[in-house]
Order: sequence, then structure tokens, then C-alpha cells
Amino acid sequence: MINLDNPAVVMEVRNLSKRFPVGGVLGKQQVHALNDVSFTIKEGEVVALVGESGSGKSTTARLIARLMEPTSGQIFFKGQDILKAEPRGASLSYRNKVQMIFQDPFSSLNPVHTIGHHIARPLLLHHKVKWRKDREARINELLAKVGLNPPAEVARKFPYQLSGGQRQRIAIARALAVDPEIILADEPISMLDVSIRIGVLNLMAQLKKDYGIGYLYITHDIASARYIGDKTMVMYAGHTVEGAESSELMEHPAHPYTQLLLSAVPNPHTLQQPTRMEARGEIPSLIDMPPGCPFAARCPHVKPICREVMPSVTNLSSDHWVRCHLFGSDNSAAQPAA
Amino acid sequence: MSSSSVAPSPLRSSARPSNEPLLSVQDLCVEYRTPRGPVRAVDHVSFSIAHGEVFGLAGESGSGKSTIAHAIMRILHPPAVITGGHVNFSGADVLDMEDEELSRFRWHDVSMVFQSAMNALNPVMTIGDQICDVIQRHLKLSKSEAMDRAAHLLDLVGIERSRLKSFPHQLSGGMRQRAVIAIALSLNPPLMIMDEPTTALDVVVQKEILQQISDLKNKMGFSILFITHDMSLMVEFSDRIGIMYAGEIVETAASHEVFNNPQHPYTRGLMSSFPSLIGPKVKLTGIPGSPPDMGNPPSGCRFHPRCDKVFGVCPQQRTVLREVAPSHRAACHLYDTIGLTPRTERGTV
Repeated sequence: MINLDNPAVVMEVRNLSKRFPVGGVLGKQQVHALNDVSFTIKEGEVVALVGESGSGKSTTARLIARLMEPTSGQIFFKGQDILKAEPRGASLSYRNKVQMIFQDPFSSLNPVHTIGHHIARPLLLHHKVKWRKDREARINELLAKVGLNPPAEVARKFPYQLSGGQRQRIAIARALAVDPEIILADEPISMLDVSIRIGVLNLMAQLKKDYGIGYLYITHDIASARYIGDKTMVMYAGHTVEGAESSELMEHPAHPYTQLLLSAVPNPHTLQQPTRMEARGEIPSLIDMPPGCPFAARCPHVKPICREVMPSVTNLSSDHWVRCHLFGSDNSAAQPAA
Repeated sequence: MSSSSVAPSPLRSSARPSNEPLLSVQDLCVEYRTPRGPVRAVDHVSFSIAHGEVFGLAGESGSGKSTIAHAIMRILHPPAVITGGHVNFSGADVLDMEDEELSRFRWHDVSMVFQSAMNALNPVMTIGDQICDVIQRHLKLSKSEAMDRAAHLLDLVGIERSRLKSFPHQLSGGMRQRAVIAIALSLNPPLMIMDEPTTALDVVVQKEILQQISDLKNKMGFSILFITHDMSLMVEFSDRIGIMYAGEIVETAASHEVFNNPQHPYTRGLMSSFPSLIGPKVKLTGIPGSPPDMGNPPSGCRFHPRCDKVFGVCPQQRTVLREVAPSHRAACHLYDTIGLTPRTERGTV
């Protein structure tokens, strides 16, 4: 089912939910890791997903990568419902197009294999090149593309001979090997040294420009979401609570949680006087969550309805939506101060 | 050793008036003796911390900032060896202290908050017992008196008193870190060393905890040696900053000065390495290359292979921290001609 209104949509996620049973085989409790998450990624678009740990960001990426099966919901890739497709056969062509980069470049590479071997694997598995000679040329091309020079020398090295930033570039080259259309990047820079983070982000942006790759960029660093993300979505306790064009979201945050998050980010650019942050408390337990808005317990603007009904999506403008009772058509409450 | 630090009063109301720095580190050198040969992790590092001041040490992993903290506390273990320098605390040299003096110095004079609160707490002891443990080790108090004081400390850091009976696994990450801070406050030391105190925490919890530390600092007047790799946090939280690269301090100044007017090319690169939340979107450049292998550091200025301003003398001669503006020092050959007295002499390589 192609989204006819906008043919450039590559990936669409609809009402995705994931629950994990806890407490053993007979345990009746469930962790609500992800609830009713929907979004689209267009060709050459970076969608940033920000939130605290445990908010469901990585679960979203893992579901899309089909490392786990969702409890409910649909994932469309170019109009095709990929969850309906046969798990094994279809997954090869799907994984061809949707690749993942993991957080820890120290554990995502096999220490006993050379860099060349790491890049050769996807080329072989996905039948990308026929001849050995072509394969080497392709490996060199990929390594040069991610800024590792001289490529032939790098290909002979082992992971321990490379720094964290170089390893993450290898992970990107490996993802790139199969000509993906979507890359799921799960905190790709959070384990890297500060001085080389920007280099990796710039590389991702360059690949987006050169090949039209769309990204799901998962991060807890909201400033980096603004830097690379075309759109940003904020997650809280397994729900997406707000989404907008990145600058719009950061300049006009609507949801009280987004406002809290932004006021907590250390930002010397704004600063002579650091802002004080008022709300308190931590993310609620995701086990058998009470009804209503998950942020109600911490929200400075909480109303009785918040503890009973999960707010639905309200569109504030064509590309800015929020899930908060302060904005629904059903009430006339004042908007929270920005 | 100063006698004023003995004061067992639960709360010190203000900093001791003095012009002497509380802590001064001079030419500190630390080596790791590895099978590949000695690795100099800290190389002639000098800085001082005034009463009530927050001094930040910023740098990437492997730049030597945690090694400095461990050297000051004298908790380095082989293969790490302090090979030179002085650490003066209120007139006494920490590096010359014998065991007895040292056990007083730790916790009474300087306490430490480690990065991972989970590992810093004993999983089979309650929070209350762990705080009492420290108090009773250093002060002659009965268990119930110590427990009273522990309850008071939990009030200070914003944990309910009922949590005295909780075990670490029953607390959230943020609460565990608060408990560790309560322990560090338990003897009311004039200096706290905080080694990446909030790195493992989410931003909202991080902000809450740092706000609380700031409030406590203003109330109790202790100084802080604050260590982090997060430059934004560093600038926001510290009064003065030392930027470390490859075992050396390459620039030191007031934090707003480092942020607004960085002089060393490495600091400049760092400042264009983290994106902003506001203002126009600008393309950042970061710093090319990677931090050096300390077992085989580059010759001359350690930063020269990554530097965009590199010139003739850089690969040949070590740098010296020089005053480039009032209270602003940088170690870079660009400033060799300024002609102010070098603060630390380093030999040529």
C-alpha cells in the first residue's frame, strides 16, 4: 500500500507496540516497552528519536530491523507490509535495504577478523559482487567513502588497531556495502571521543546527500538531534509525545516533557546564568503502567483527565504534533509557558 | 596538616578565609609501567584550586584526567606510579604522607565521587550502614549518633530518610548517585573530587543532581575538582577549567573565557565539536584524526598531527604553558613570541 500522497516515503511505522513478559513463565506482568508508535521516514530524511534511557528508542530500531517481532502494529517498507512477508526469505531482501549501526563500536566488530573481512561479509551474503577482484575494489571504495585512507592498508588491519571513531566508520561502511535505503543508527556517537563525534555525524549527513539514504537517528543528546535531524521525535516511557521539524521542536517545545528535557540540557551557548529546572522525579516503571499520560506524575500542568486517559495526537501545525491534554480540542486550558 | 579540617561540626557554614589555594598540584607526573615500556599518562601537570571554587578538568578518554584524581587521592595502583611533582593540600604534601596521615586526608580533607555509583556502593549493605561505616571509621560516634547523621545527610541530598534501610539495588540510578554524594559529604570535607559524577545518568537527573551539588556547595563552601568529558556541562558548572590533551594541560582559564575565547587550537576544535540547541545551524568541523596512542606519543607538541595551525617548530619542541591573557594560559608554540615568563619548564624532546 503505497502512500500515494507522498511517494518519497520509504519507511512507515504504524501503531507499533512491544510488550515483554516479566516474572518467569507464569508471570502475568508485562513491560510496556513501546506503545502505539507511528512515524514515517522519507528518502534522504533524518528522523531523530530522542529520550532518556528506557524510553523505548532502541526497541523501536530493533523492531524495524526485525531483530524482534512487535506485539502489534505494522511496518511498511516502500508500501509493503514487511511483517506479513515470510520471515526468512523476505528478510534477506529487506535487510538489504534496511541496515543498522550499533552504539558500541568495540563490541560490534569481531576481534579475530580483519576489517576487509567485515566488509566482505555483507557483500557475499547479499550477493553484491561476483568476483574476488571486484570485491576488493568495492571494499576499498567503501573504506575510502567513509574517510579511511589508505583503504587497502586499513582493510588489512584488525579492529584493535583502530580507534573508536575509525571503528564506527567501519560499521558505517559495512552498512553501506549493501546499498541500503534506510540506516538505523542507534546512538552511533555516544561512545566516541568528543572531538571525533562531529566527524561521524558529518559523514552520515554526507551519505544522506550522496545516496539519499534515510536515517532513524537514535540519541539521548538532543543538540545532536538538532544538528543532523530533519525531524525530531521525543519519546517518554514507551510513547512518542511530540514530533516536529527539529528547529521548530527546540524553539517551540509544546509538551511539558520536551520543555523539561530542553531545560536540562547543559548549553553554554545560552548561558551566562544557567536556567533552573523545576520538575522532579524519574521515568515511571514500565511494568503494568497505569492508564493516562505516562508523564502525569511529574507534570507541572497535570489535570485530572491526565491520570485517566492517554491523550491523542493534536496537530499544532502541518509538521508539529503533540500528545498532551493541554492541547486537545476537548479543553480550553491555557498553554504551558514555554 | 591544617587543624581546621578536623572540625566535626555537621555543616561548615562558609569557606575558610585564606589567600592560599586549598589544593595545589605542581609538575605532577604519573607513569604506567607496561610491558611495552613506561607510558606517561600525566606529564608535568600543574593547577590549583581556591577555597569554594569549582575547578574543571576536561579532556577526552585517555587524556589523564582520572589518573590525576587518583594520584591526588593516592589511590593509584601499580603499574601506575607517581614519578614526580607535588600535591599540596593546606600546607602538607599529600605525596609524602604516611598511612595514618593519609587515612585522615582521605574523606576528612578530600572525598571522592566515582563515575559509577553502582560499583561504588556495596550491594549487600544498606545505604544507612554504608554511610555510618565512613562516619564511624573517622569519628568517635555511636551507631545511633552516626545513623542520625546519616539521616541528616540523606535530607541534604534529597533522599527520603526511610531509604536508610534500602539496599543499592532498590534505588534508581539517580538516587544511588545521590547516596554516593551523601557519603562524600559525610565528614564535611573542604574538597570533593567528582570524577564524571553524572555520566551514566539521563540529562534530567543529571541536571537535578548538579543543581543540588551547586546548592550544597554554596551552603557549605567546599571546593570541587570536577572531571568530565562533556564540555557543555563543564563550562556550565565550573568556575575555572583546565583542558587536557595527551596527559598535559594545554589551556587553563575561567570557564566563560575558555568557551568564548579559546586560544589553543585543540580547545578551539573542541568548542566547534558540540552542536548548539539555539541559534543558526552551522556546520561544525570537529578535529581531524584521533587522540594519540600514549605508549608512542607524537614528538614535540602532542597535538601537532591534528592541528590546523601546525608549523616548523611544532613537531620538534615541547610546548610550555604561557600566559596569553590575564589569568589565561595556553601551551602552544603560536604564543612563543608573547614573551611572558613560562610557568612550567619542559625539556625539549
